[in-house]
Amino acid sequence: MTTLVFLESHDGELTKGALGVLGKAASLGGGDVAGVVLGSGIRDTAAAAGAFGASTVYVVDDAALEAPLPQPRVDALEAVVRESGADTVLFAASVLAADVAAGLAARLEAGLNWDLTDLRVEGDELVGVRPALGDTVLVEVGWSSTPQVALIRAGTFDPVESGGSADVKDVTTEFQDFSTRARLVEHLTEKASGPSIEDADVIVAGGRGLGSPEGFSYCEELADALGGAVAATRAVVDAGWYPYAAQVGQTGKTVSPKLYIALGISGAIQHKVGMQGSGTIVAVNKDPNAPIFDFADLGVVGDLTQIAPKLTELLRARR
Amino acid sequence: MKIAVCVKQVPDATSHKRLDPGTHRLDRSGEGVLNATDVNAVEEALRLKDAHGGEVVVVSLGPEKAMESLRKALAMGADRALLVADDAAAGSDLLATSRALTAALEKEEADLVLFGQQSSDADGAVLWAAVSDRLRRPMVSQVAELTVEGGELTGKRQTEFGYDVIAAPLPAVVAVSDAINEPRYPSLKGIMGAKSKPQETVSLAEIGVEAGLVGEAGSGTTVRSSTPPPPKSGQVKIEDDGSAADKIVEYLAEKRLV
Repeated sequence: MTTLVFLESHDGELTKGALGVLGKAASLGGGDVAGVVLGSGIRDTAAAAGAFGASTVYVVDDAALEAPLPQPRVDALEAVVRESGADTVLFAASVLAADVAAGLAARLEAGLNWDLTDLRVEGDELVGVRPALGDTVLVEVGWSSTPQVALIRAGTFDPVESGGSADVKDVTTEFQDFSTRARLVEHLTEKASGPSIEDADVIVAGGRGLGSPEGFSYCEELADALGGAVAATRAVVDAGWYPYAAQVGQTGKTVSPKLYIALGISGAIQHKVGMQGSGTIVAVNKDPNAPIFDFADLGVVGDLTQIAPKLTELLRARR
Repeated sequence: MKIAVCVKQVPDATSHKRLDPGTHRLDRSGEGVLNATDVNAVEEALRLKDAHGGEVVVVSLGPEKAMESLRKALAMGADRALLVADDAAAGSDLLATSRALTAALEKEEADLVLFGQQSSDADGAVLWAAVSDRLRRPMVSQVAELTVEGGELTGKRQTEFGYDVIAAPLPAVVAVSDAINEPRYPSLKGIMGAKSKPQETVSLAEIGVEAGLVGEAGSGTTVRSSTPPPPKSGQVKIEDDGSAADKIVEYLAEKRLV
């Protein structure tokens, strides 16, 4: 087995998730493991992958890869797969990586399994584990194609620094006409405000069930009573109810406080991956079928506009 | 402007979803609904049609009964429904599904192909990337704001690193985020009118796809086994009878969290 791991980079740094998958791939012991770094002016960034388990790092350094867009990366990865003869391509899930993985799968007619939480090698076959149907079933998946492509659920594996060094190999590619038609116009970031959710012992998070941006006052009051920080789901951040810096989930932050109180959050998988490591999860939601009740330690079916203020009051009285 | 919206029928959220122990496929025998985030894509298509004129066609791959769910999109205001239904397509993975959908979309020649964010049954959130590669069209995903002007679209999307604004010329493929809009409810008039709108069900042969390229034969992935995960112990679920706040405090005190 020759495995390639897509090493996503941002501002000259390889992402933690990608390095985690690289470490996992190296630990499988199923043959050569190489990293792939795609971008513009990223040769120095690429060399860093040697310390995390890659024996070789393939680099495609091209101005067409400067913006974080998936389609030119499919062209570049196709070239690296052909050059390296790889039969397995692994990705740590991210907004960019998911699009690259599926584009590559179609290009190479390679099977893609997604949302994997574990990988192992049986004989010379790769086996993946995927929690399905809201994590109520564990499915073992395989591939009937060559090459085989996999997306690993975000935050599954931590990077392991092994201290090796990698041989950096340059690969050049031609780009498809359609791949370079989309262009990045602008990149926007928002600055954080309030206590950081990454270091908080207690987090009170709000979702669409708050009803309006003003609904976040329930979270803020309760967080204040508990000495905690306020977090939000992607849906409400995208809707402009709360700042991006407070977002927990797949495209936001991963948190693991001692106590996580979810108000009006349905518990979609994209949110769950960012907070499932919390010590104790308390959820209040008026929908008894909300997926969050499948993994909350204490689930309360009810109206948060009634429960949250009363809870805040009771907690304040205890102090 | 002609807009094709790719949608899927999924099991109703209130139904108990299960995998068939023999085939490891999702049991689709129960009540089906239009996948929730696909409704956002239909809504966005209708808004673009309101602004620019044109036609909205919903396209799906699924069993024949999926047409019931496509009718919801027609009731919202879509003009036409095209369903690719064929027994040979059962068990299709990403490769096989994207082949069949691409063939249907090639016949439609839409200026814009829209997808919803994620299917609630397979948790898939990648189909657009495979379809756009096969269609050889530019693609933007996770779009939370979409505008089209002068043959070019502009989409604002969220990633792990903030927001990106991306522009692409039509024809193109866009996957929208569920934050992009609040979908309208079908009106009574819309529901009545949906029945008489064109609803076409075609076989794979009719769109020129060989049976061996879809279903399990055309898939690149396999399911080896499915088992229940280890149960999470000690979960408590209560219904608020007015004392929920007290019970939460008690629970937290017991766990020494307050």
